Amino acid sequence: MNEHIVKAYDEELKQLHALIHHMGELTVEQIRDATESILKRDGALARQVINEDYKIDLLETKVDELAVRILALRQPVASDLRTVLAALKISNQVERIADYASNIAKRALMLNEIDPFPAAEGLATLVKIPKRMIERALAAFATNDVNLALHVWHMDYEVDVQYNAYLRQLFDDMITNPKNVSPCTHLLFAAKNIERIGDQSTNIAEAVYTMVTGKPFKESDTVKNENEV
Amino acid sequence: MTPKIDVKHLNLFYGTKQALFNVSLSLPIFQTTALIGPSGCGKSSFLRCLNRMNDIVPNAHIVGQVLLEEQDIYAPSVDVVELRTRVGMVFQKPNPFPRSIYENVAYGPRIHSLFKTKGDLDNIVEKSLTRAGLWAEVRDRLSQPATRLSGGQQQRLCIARAIAVNPEVILMDEPCSALDPIATAKVEELIDELREKFTIVIVTHNLQQAARVSQKTAFFHSGYLVETGETGALFTMPEDERTQGYITGRYG
Repeated sequence: MNEHIVKAYDEELKQLHALIHHMGELTVEQIRDATESILKRDGALARQVINEDYKIDLLETKVDELAVRILALRQPVASDLRTVLAALKISNQVERIADYASNIAKRALMLNEIDPFPAAEGLATLVKIPKRMIERALAAFATNDVNLALHVWHMDYEVDVQYNAYLRQLFDDMITNPKNVSPCTHLLFAAKNIERIGDQSTNIAEAVYTMVTGKPFKESDTVKNENEV
Repeated sequence: MTPKIDVKHLNLFYGTKQALFNVSLSLPIFQTTALIGPSGCGKSSFLRCLNRMNDIVPNAHIVGQVLLEEQDIYAPSVDVVELRTRVGMVFQKPNPFPRSIYENVAYGPRIHSLFKTKGDLDNIVEKSLTRAGLWAEVRDRLSQPATRLSGGQQQRLCIARAIAVNPEVILMDEPCSALDPIATAKVEELIDELREKFTIVIVTHNLQQAARVSQKTAFFHSGYLVETGETGALFTMPEDERTQGYITGRYG
């Protein structure tokens, strides 16, 4: 797409993209560190994740401020308007995802107070797809790639399958021995947070879909649209 | 939506220079249609075709049809003076006659003999000024010169003058470009009220104004109608790259 006649307008839109990109990078690191803190029983790392969450909150505020400024001063229309609205939505979703990472880290601190529990290893597998989903959803936003957004949307199915399997395993462990209830409960919450990362990433994908196509996202359209675009 | 005016394959020439190319556009009744596009794109030329204002331009001629309620306004039988009472016009700069406020509004009804008694004429003047949102401001000084009014008031007076002859369509050529934001807001509010009774076509360089006042928008470029559609849709998801470039302020 051509550049704006007013260069400062282009700069502001670029800055909006850069802020979201930065939020995304930090958030993916937070997810990785939070999961590591459970797997390695690393309390210091868990506390670091919890303490650094404010950075992502600050970035979300910056996105809000810049978006409001662009709306007020540039009165964007068409693709520019859709980009600003998508940025507002996406920064909100990313901030939520960072909160999930922080929640996972809080579980690490609680798990550290009890004996190591083998099922914790399962989180390493469970987190892989959601982490990839947020990375790809944000890449789709950066490149206006509606196909990639739809791909992310479909990835959530696998997350749900893995999450349900993991839950069954935890329930089995709890039934086998009531002593397992305490670690399993913490892992259950951690797993739920990981599963929610997948859900929020699909929301980002939906925002990208609307930004690119101008149409509201409808689940029934996904298969048809994926073939079309 | 019933078209009040239906333009079919309109080509406009100034001598050998072609200003409009095969433009087809319908203007829905009781709606405001905004014509947008860069300078020289043909939007004002198009507007002036709708009440044959281009007739006064030497060597101007058209090929195609402009149908006002299915009647071709360029047919030989059409009385142009009568046409212009049906399709009125408001210009860019307020242009009141150097007469009183009252006489400005009474002028049209007088030359078209639209009343029987002085009382009838008083009623027309009051009704037109009321519709133009100006009555309350001028009722006590109707005999004062119109030129003493502020720019915004003068423009609303011109709108009152245009509606005094009870037209069906009002053409507006950048009616707010010489007005401050408050006067502009008043005229925009007026446009919104007027479309209950009139069909309005407005040329504007102010894209936000087009977005605010119109239900339908048409984008012209280099004499061609590039894209037309419901205003909300055109400003959020234009289909043509050129429309997108123009409304977002990008190099074309």
